[in-house]
This record gives sequence, structure tokens and C-alpha cells, in this order.
Amino acid sequence: MKPHLIALKHGLPVTLACVFAASAAAQTPVDPLGDRGRWADMQRQFYQGGEITFDPRVRVEVPPTAEDAMNVPVAVDARALAGEAIERIVVVADYNPILKVLEFEPTGVAPYLAFRIKVQQSTPVRAGVKLRDGRWLVGSAIVNSQGGGCTAPSTGRGVAGWERTLNTVSARQFSSAAGDRLRFSVLHPMDTGLANGIPAFFIDELNIRDAEGRTVARIWPAEPVSENPVFTLELAGVQRVTQIDGRDNNGNKLLGSLR
Amino acid sequence: MLKIAGRSACQAAVRLLGACACGVLAGVALSLAATVPATAAELDIREVAPGTWALIGQTEDLSPQNAGNIANAGFIATPEGVVVIDTSASKALGEAWRAAIAARSPAPIVHVFNTHLHPDHMLGNQAFPAEVLATLPATRQAMHDVGEAFNDNLYRMVGAAMKGTHVVVPATVAQAGVLELGGNRIRVIALQGHSAADLAVFDETTGVLFTGDLVFWQRAPTTPHADLVRWRESLAALAALLFRHMVPGHGPLLEDRRGIDMTRRWLDWLEATFVRAAEAGLDMNDVLALPLPDEWAGLPLAVSEYRRSVAHLYPAIERRVLGGTP
Repeated sequence: MKPHLIALKHGLPVTLACVFAASAAAQTPVDPLGDRGRWADMQRQFYQGGEITFDPRVRVEVPPTAEDAMNVPVAVDARALAGEAIERIVVVADYNPILKVLEFEPTGVAPYLAFRIKVQQSTPVRAGVKLRDGRWLVGSAIVNSQGGGCTAPSTGRGVAGWERTLNTVSARQFSSAAGDRLRFSVLHPMDTGLANGIPAFFIDELNIRDAEGRTVARIWPAEPVSENPVFTLELAGVQRVTQIDGRDNNGNKLLGSLR
Repeated sequence: MLKIAGRSACQAAVRLLGACACGVLAGVALSLAATVPATAAELDIREVAPGTWALIGQTEDLSPQNAGNIANAGFIATPEGVVVIDTSASKALGEAWRAAIAARSPAPIVHVFNTHLHPDHMLGNQAFPAEVLATLPATRQAMHDVGEAFNDNLYRMVGAAMKGTHVVVPATVAQAGVLELGGNRIRVIALQGHSAADLAVFDETTGVLFTGDLVFWQRAPTTPHADLVRWRESLAALAALLFRHMVPGHGPLLEDRRGIDMTRRWLDWLEATFVRAAEAGLDMNDVLALPLPDEWAGLPLAVSEYRRSVAHLYPAIERRVLGGTP
């Protein structure tokens, strides 16, 4: 808050002092991945409105090398932030042609989400945790890849009758000593719009609800999420997830209920 | 598993880039001088039986240091002609391999069989007469569709030693059956499971069995195009043959079924591990982090092939457990 003090010393109006403070907070923090070129852009585009800190408590797990650029497993784990009021988590991939991967609102579940993404080349994957007080806590990891994952058509579309299984939800809740876990998949081509002649077609909203109909988590996937996506959530404090609903960008609804 | 036709061909190519990838090597490959086995004298060539020889590749992953020489190959020399099984991984290796064959038999090469589509076994095709190259139909199609994507990937992983290499798709469809040549009864066997089409060669006269990549020995099996059910059936078919010597796709020569057993144990273990993990609700990253049992502790490339196999095999098994249709 140094600028604030200086401003007072020089007798500037309080409003101006606040502007100073804000601009100081918005300074680009040093990217722990080193000079990766695009961090400043990512910050400008996705992590606006509050102080940004790279925080080791926000873990991004990826394999060091992607065996399959169409299916790179990513796990975002911010459970170490217990006690912080989390508003949402925004995941981006710096060097993908479509930068945003998804947004996640863990209203009533643990701040943990695992899924798979397509990557077009080696790229940092970042998770920004937006706190209710406006701050961003960011975790990053690098995945190495020969790429090509974003501009290829989905495999499913090569199989006759894919429309019949579109938006089919399969879900299962797993119990373990560490707590319950929800895993679900949705059959969807998740087309990026970058493959020749195939428009963007992807699930863009998922709501996870408990037995009382309360929304315990929301996911807003974007194009880079893999075909037939599979999501894993940790159900801290949630008795039972009974419904998953949502839609794709063409307005097709999806609905799955758990046995 | 691999979709070849129509619009999915491009997709397939892209997947395969990943399939062999150890991506980080790209830059390194170009900057290191490769120690290419440029001459036949530098290849490890063993006599398996009278007139029958094998090229033993290194039990390593592709690298600039080994110049791509990681797969086995073989030939059967008869007075009426030579039958070659696989051509190694580059133009240079193919040429060295052909020179090694010529040094051991004056007879003309009458058949060159590619056991399957993978680049470490077929990118030496250029060095052999095009009219004698043959392989199974599904392998021809796959080489046509994705062979050059493989080639690109080998340039990235192996580097300068790949110079001048391109794919030559065999013009001839290999027929399963018996080939009588110069007194040898050579059986061409059409199997599958390591890939969509796996060709094995069994010389009934000498008892030498060339398995292609259906059998790995003292090196972890690779699974980018594996169908585990069919692969196990093929292993059973090979185990039923009365062979005396075996040339596996990778690893040292054998005179017994240990390679078949090891390959089957690895596949069984992989599948059981993935099913158990899916039943426990593990995500792919959790599965990648699982430790390998002691049984595989000394096996070359066990960890890296296990991790690659997670990407190849886990999604389908996981889907089955979650209850979704493919």
C-alpha cells in the first residue's frame, strides 16, 4: 500500500490515491514458469479486477508430456485454500488457439476439478482462483506436446449415428476414506470450430445438483475441453449428487440423474 | 480403434503424432550429432539358425543416439531367394540392413514383409526393391494414411539420422499361407492385436518364428493401437506353434515361450490395473502417478510405456466403468 501513503503525504485527493493503489496491484507478477511470453496477455484477458498472486496452494496437475494431444489430463486442485472464500476458477492454456478452457464454480463442493483438454502445441496451463474479495490466486504447469489437438475434427463424428448418443450423461459417485468423489462423462464431439468446415459445437454449461435440487457446482466448458468429456469432482460436505444438467452452444439440453 | 477412412484420417494422423511422441526431444534432435549405425558392420546381427539371421535393435526409446535402431528384423536366405522380415526405422538403417543381407547371401531378395504399421519396422522400405514389398491389407491402408505422420514424428525424435527417409507403402498384399522357397516351408500368418494387422512369419523348416511386435522380450510392450482381446488371442496362436527359435519384435532372441508369457502378463496387468483404477474412481492423472509393481522393476521402458498406455487404454476402460456407450 506504499502508493497510498505517498499519495497522502503529497496531499493528493483520496480518489486519485485509490487509482494509484489499483495500478500498483495490477502490476504483472513474475511468472514462475519463466518468461513464457503470453502471461501478461492472459492476465489482461482473464484475470482482471484484483491483485494477482502466484500461489503454490493452487495446484495444476498435468503429465509433463502429452501422449495424446486430444486428451491431455488436467487436474486443478485448490483444496489447500481452505478458509478462503472462492468465487470461481478460470482455467486457460496460453498457447492454444482458443485460450479459455473452462470456468468452474465450486459452490458446495471442494475446489477440485479434473478433466481432459486438447492442446495445439506445448503450453502452460493456468488456473486462476478468484476470491470473493476480488483477489486472484494463480497456479500453473507446463505440458509438452507435438500438438494438433485443436484443429482436428472429433473422432465421434466419423462414427455413424453420433447424434443419437449426443449429450448422454453417465455418472457414478465413488466413496473412499478420503471422501466422496463424483465422476461423469457426457457424449459430445466438443468441436472447436477450427477444423475445416465443422463449426464450433461444444457443451458450455453444466450444473451439478444435490438431492434438494441445490446447485453444488457449475462448470462452463469451452472448446478446448476434450471430446466426450469426463469430469471428476470432490464432494466435500455434499451428501449425494442426484442430477447433472446443462446444454451445448446450439441449445441442446443434457440431463442425467444418478442412481 | 484407429479410424482411417474419410474425414477421420486427419484426426488419426494427429493422434499418431502423439502416439510415438516424447515431444521434448524435438530441439535436441537437431542439435546432437547422431551416432548412426551407418554401415552394416555396426548393426547387431545374429545367426538364429542355418541361413537365418536377425537384426537386434536396442531396447530403448527412439533417440538421436540410437538413430532409430530400436526394432528387430530378420531374413531367411535360401538358394532360390531371400525373405526379409521388416526393414528398420530409416533410409540409412534400411540401406545398412540390406548391405548386411547381401554380405550373407548372394541370392536375390524375393519378398520383404512389413509385420505391421509402426515406423521403427517399416521406414527402411526405401532401401529394398519396391516390387517385393508386401504386407497385410490393413497395414497397407494405415501406412498410406498415417505413415508420413509417423515419419515426421521420427524426424522429431531421431533427427538427422532420418535424412532422406520417406514412406514406401508396399504395392503387394501379403497372403497368409505357406510359401515354398529353396527347400524352406515358410508360413505367413495373419494375426492382430498389437495393431489392426500383425504379420508373423514361421519357417517350419528351421523352426524360427518371427513374431513382429506381438511379442516383446526384456522390453515393455507398446500399445498405441492395441486391442487387448485380439492381442491375447494372437499370443495363444503363437504359443501353439512348435518353434525352436523366436525373433521377438523387440528384445533378445529366445528359444522358449518366455517372451509370449511376459507380453501376456504385461497386458493382463495393464488391463487389471486400469479396471481397478476406474472402479476406484481414479482420474487419468491419478492413474499416471500409480507406482509400478516390483515385477516390472528391471524391465527397460516399463515406466514410460505404462504411462503411454494410460493415454491409449484408460479412456475406454473408464467409460465402460462409468456406464457410457462409446
